[in-house]
Amino acid sequence: MPLHLLRGDISVNEFVFFINNVVIAGSVTGSIYAIGAVGITLVFGIMRFAHFAHADMMTLGAFIVLLLTSMFPSAGNAVGMPTAIVMLPPAIISTALIAVLIDKTFYKPMRVHGVKPIVMVIASLGVTLMLQGLIRLFTGTGSQSLYVDDRKEIFRFAVPIEGVRMPVVLTEPQIYLFVLTVIAVTALHLFLSRSRLGKAMRAMSDNPDLARSSGINTNTIVAVTWMIVGGLATIAGTLLAMDVTFKPDLSFHILLPIFAAAIVGGVGQPFGAIAGGFVVGFAEALAVFNWNVLLRPVHDSLPTWLELPSNLAFVGTEYKIVVPFFILVAILVWRPTGIFKGKVI
Amino acid sequence: MPLLEACGVHGGYGGMNILHGVDISIEANEVGVIIGPNGAGKSTMLKAIFGLLQVTEGEIRLRGTPIHNQPPNRLVKLGMGFVPQEHNVFPSLSVQENLEMGAYLKPGSIKHNLGNIYEFFPPLKDKRRQPAGELSGGQRQMVAMGRALMAEPQLLLLDEPTAGLSPKYVHEIFERVKEINAAGVGILMVEQNAKQALTIADKGFVLAAGQNRFTDTGQALLADPDVARSFLGG
Repeated sequence: MPLHLLRGDISVNEFVFFINNVVIAGSVTGSIYAIGAVGITLVFGIMRFAHFAHADMMTLGAFIVLLLTSMFPSAGNAVGMPTAIVMLPPAIISTALIAVLIDKTFYKPMRVHGVKPIVMVIASLGVTLMLQGLIRLFTGTGSQSLYVDDRKEIFRFAVPIEGVRMPVVLTEPQIYLFVLTVIAVTALHLFLSRSRLGKAMRAMSDNPDLARSSGINTNTIVAVTWMIVGGLATIAGTLLAMDVTFKPDLSFHILLPIFAAAIVGGVGQPFGAIAGGFVVGFAEALAVFNWNVLLRPVHDSLPTWLELPSNLAFVGTEYKIVVPFFILVAILVWRPTGIFKGKVI
Repeated sequence: MPLLEACGVHGGYGGMNILHGVDISIEANEVGVIIGPNGAGKSTMLKAIFGLLQVTEGEIRLRGTPIHNQPPNRLVKLGMGFVPQEHNVFPSLSVQENLEMGAYLKPGSIKHNLGNIYEFFPPLKDKRRQPAGELSGGQRQMVAMGRALMAEPQLLLLDEPTAGLSPKYVHEIFERVKEINAAGVGILMVEQNAKQALTIADKGFVLAAGQNRFTDTGQALLADPDVARSFLGG
């Protein structure tokens, strides 16, 4: 056995690579999946249908941010933040209101009619196509940056260990994403556990008939749910579009992982959705990570007949989409109602 | 003026009528008990009163005000409380949150009423932080009744409050019903434990096939040989 291995002379560079590609990438994907999945789980808890238009509600939120950012490109300079972040609050409010409007126009008439949940699901697919089509009319099919007048900062944190050349890399939108995720989750927790309306929401998710019999106005709860869902969708959609670029179908492509996250966490359980989001996000990051890099220090000591492929990942990046489903199946076999005992679909 | 008055109520689910002209009338501070065989429409009548299904014919009045086909949340405001037979708690909410939901329309009086309910159902106080879904059947029934009482109703509708409970709890629940009534709340309940229920009833209504068969005081119905033979198991 070569001596340098015994001396523990493993370069930290590979470890930093792991942090960048798994810890940070997983947290970014996980945060976006988590906020997205909360929206899906809230709609399911209150209205008992799988809302497929959720991803496009995220796109809608990001689109409104894009619209506002193009109108006032330098608004962020005044406060030293990216304009897109400054435009987030008005976009959250607008998307929340549009979400209520979509419900009143498309979903409520069916709900009043007492249609089966599958009809609502199909209707939400219709809303998906409609929203995506409408947004395409304005933005075209290409990608656009949410950084219109400002520059996307990239922070490189040097690791204070000798011999480490590789920095830990974080982008500005990623930092905002982490901060906003923590704020959104905390606010949601306080709302659901402390406020009268939040408790009524949980009550309605538990037992809608009894909620009505207790004097809870279920129409109000439905409207509040859509506002929260619209708001959270805007945060997730905007931060995703800031981290990458805005595209009309960007969020649509993560619809299935988000659903997987909501189911993994336990449908109807907001905190399950958050856990599920991070489980799926990290699983993706770990699955596409090139493990060959971590094995680099031991290459020399491997027997010559064993040649490691240069890309040693569980799945190729192009097959990333299978990971959420693998996790979904694995967790549902172990715990059929999800991590946080959710409703049975 | 009677607290609750229902005249010739017809109604049912989705166009199929189960009730074919039911009359119910109870005064304030009375206990009314509805008994009858399975499928007689007892629970259906309670749901019709509480606006949970369509009344197609007839009238229901609360202190003279017509209330049929009004949504439940409005009836709660008017002073009516309803405890369903099944699924009568919010399982994932704590006992205290369940009770708070009962006073959803009266947030100002939550604190005061919580104290009263815990005094009235002492076992609930120790379990107030526990999810209601983890409680035993009897304790769950207490949560359900407590939830309805939090809104300070004038009329409490109870759908088979003792169904599936052990004899010890059956007795306990009937005692509580008497106490609630003594505190000035009118009670209308559907019961399977017909004999026991009629002993505490000021008025008894025997329903069969969606119509009144007998209507009298609880004592008179217990003494009536026809009622005993057909509905009280001899």
